[in-house]
Amino acid sequence: MAEESFLTDDFLRQLMNVGEVDILVGLPTYNNAKTVGSIVHTIQNGILRGFPRERVVIINADGGSRDGTPEIVTSVSIDDMRPASNLYALRTLHSISTKYGSGPASGVAFRTILAAAELLRAKACVVLSPESANIEPEWLATLLRPVYRDSFDLVMPTYSRHKFEGLLITNLLYPMTRALYGTRIRETYSPEFGFSGRLGSQFLGQNVWTDGTDGDGAELRFTLAAITGKFRICQSFLGEKMHIERRAADLVPALRQTAGALFSALEPDFPVWSVVAGSEPAPTAGADKAVLLEPLRINRKRLREMFSSGVAELDSVFQSILSPGTLAQLQEIARLEDDRVQYSAELWTRTVYEFAASYQKSVISRDHIIQALAPLFRGRAFTFLMENRNASADEVETSIEGLCLEFERLKPYLLQLWKSRE
Amino acid sequence: MREMIISELSQAWHEIARGFAHFLPRLIVMLILAMVGWVIAFVIKVALRSILRLVKFDKLSENAGASQLLTKAALPSATEVLSRFVFWVAWLGFILLGVSVLGILGLQEQVARFFLFLPRLFVALFILFVGLLAASFFSRAALLAAVNANVPSPRVLGLAVRSIIIVFVLSVVFEELGLAEQTMLVAFGIAFGALMLGLAIAFGFGGRDLARRYLEKKIVRGKKEENEDELSPL
Repeated sequence: MAEESFLTDDFLRQLMNVGEVDILVGLPTYNNAKTVGSIVHTIQNGILRGFPRERVVIINADGGSRDGTPEIVTSVSIDDMRPASNLYALRTLHSISTKYGSGPASGVAFRTILAAAELLRAKACVVLSPESANIEPEWLATLLRPVYRDSFDLVMPTYSRHKFEGLLITNLLYPMTRALYGTRIRETYSPEFGFSGRLGSQFLGQNVWTDGTDGDGAELRFTLAAITGKFRICQSFLGEKMHIERRAADLVPALRQTAGALFSALEPDFPVWSVVAGSEPAPTAGADKAVLLEPLRINRKRLREMFSSGVAELDSVFQSILSPGTLAQLQEIARLEDDRVQYSAELWTRTVYEFAASYQKSVISRDHIIQALAPLFRGRAFTFLMENRNASADEVETSIEGLCLEFERLKPYLLQLWKSRE
Repeated sequence: MREMIISELSQAWHEIARGFAHFLPRLIVMLILAMVGWVIAFVIKVALRSILRLVKFDKLSENAGASQLLTKAALPSATEVLSRFVFWVAWLGFILLGVSVLGILGLQEQVARFFLFLPRLFVALFILFVGLLAASFFSRAALLAAVNANVPSPRVLGLAVRSIIIVFVLSVVFEELGLAEQTMLVAFGIAFGALMLGLAIAFGFGGRDLARRYLEKKIVRGKKEENEDELSPL
C-alpha cells in the first residue's frame, strides 16, 4: 500500500471492488480511440485463450485523452466476442480506467500500473502499447506464461524488424547495456513486456520516481533494476514490430527516454556494472532477432547534413562534453564528402562513453547533453545505413555484434573517465 | 612686544600640542581598525575561497560564460576574483570606518553613503551573475533546439537570445546601482530597439537569400520526404 497516495480515490475504490487478481494487463493510453477498442478485444481474446481460469484485470492508465479512449476501454464487453470465438472465462475479468494527468507521461502511467498491481497482489503482469499496430492474442501468453508458469520475473520481447528500424536500440541501447550490465537483452526498452508482481513491487519502492527525472524512461530503468536485482529474465519472440505511426522527428524525446534513463542509472548502479566483465545471453523462447530486408527509401542526405551542421554549430557545447581528441576526429569526418563519411564503431563508442561521463559530471545541463547527442547519433545512423545498404540479415547482425564487442572492449575507458571525475 | 610674541607662540604651540594630543588617539584607533580590518578581510577571503571551491563556483561561472570573459581579460579564476573583491570591499569598509572615527567633517557623510551603497552593489553583482547564467543556459537551449530542428544559422539564434538577455540584465544591474538611471533607460531603449531593427533588417536584406533557400529547401524537401519512409529510432 506504499504507493496508494498518488492514486485517485475513485481508482482506489474500483481496485478495492476487484479484490485480488492473478493477472494484470496494463494499457497506458493517450488519445488512442481509433485503435484501443480492437486492442482490448485482442487482450480479452488472449486471456480467454490462454488464462480462462485466472482472475484478470485490465488497467487502463490514461493521460487525459479527449477522444473518449477511457470510455471505449471500459465499455468493450467480453460478451462481444463470445458468439464468434466460443471462448468462456471461468473467473472474473474486469476493466478499469484511471486518468493520471493531463498529458501523456509513460513513466507516470507505468507507475500507476505498478501501484495497481501491488494493491491487487497480481502474480503476473503484462504491459501492452496501443501504438503497436499488430498486437495478437498470442502475445499475452507469450509474455505472461514464462512469469506465471515458469517463475521468470521479467519477459522482454524480441521482434522481427527491418534492418534499419530501431537504430537507437541497435547502435546505442543494446550494445551499451550489454557491455555494462553483462546481460544480452535485445530490447531493453520496449512498450510491451511481462513481469512478476514481486519485481513490480520491488521497483515501485525505488527512487526512480523522485530523482528529478519524472519517471522518464522508467521502462528501461525497470529492465536495469531486474538485471541489477538478479531477477530471472528471459526474452520471447512476438513477431513483426509495426508502429501505427512512424515518427522519426521524435529523436530527442526518444533519446531522453533511453540514453537519458541509461545515463541516469549508471551512477546508482556503479557498484554492479563496474565489476561486470563480458556478457551472457538471456534465455530466449523463439528467435532472439529477425531482420527484414525489403527496400526502404530513406533520406540519407538529410541525416548527413544534420550531422555535419550539428558538429560545426555545436562546437562550443561539444568542447564541454567531449575530449579534444574525439572532438577533433568528429570535426574531421564531418567535413568529408558524403560517401567518405565514416563514423566508426570505435569513435561512436568513445563518443557515447564520454557523453555518459559528462552526464554524470553535469558539465552542462543534463538535458542539453542528451540533446547534443542527437546530431551525432544521426551521423552514426548515416554510417550504419551506408555500411549496410546492401547487407544481408547475417551481415547486419555481424555489424551489430561488432559494435557490441567494441562497447565491451572499451568499457575500461568508461571506467577510467568515471574515476577521473572524482 | 617680545614677551607678547613669545606668549602667542607658546599659546599656539600649546593649542597644536593639545589638538595633536586630541587627534593622535583617533589616528591610532583608525590604524588599529585598518590593521584589524585587514586581518578580518583576509580571513573572510580565505573562508570564502574555500566555500566557493567547495560549491564548485568556477564550474558555475564557466557555465555562465563568466570564466571565458575573465580569461580574455587575463584575470584569475572567478573564485579568486570574487574572494579578492570581497577582501577589498571588507578592508575598505574598515578603513572608512576608521576615517569616520577621525571626525573630519564631510567625510562622515561620504562614509555613510558608501555603507548604504554596499547592499545594492552585492545585489547588482548577484543579478549580473544569475543573468549571465540564464543567458548562457537559454542561448544554449535555443542553439540545440535550432540544430535539432534543422533551422538555418542556429548560432545566430543562440547569439541573439544571449544578447537580448545580457542587454536586459545590464539595464537591471545599472538601475540597481543607481548609475545614470535616465541614461541607462534611454541606452537600453536604443540598444534593444537597434537590436530588433538590426535583426529585422538582417532577416529582410542580409538573410534574403538564406530565407529563400530555406523556404525552397523546406518546400522541396517537404515534397520529397512525402515519398520517403521515415526511420523510427526505437
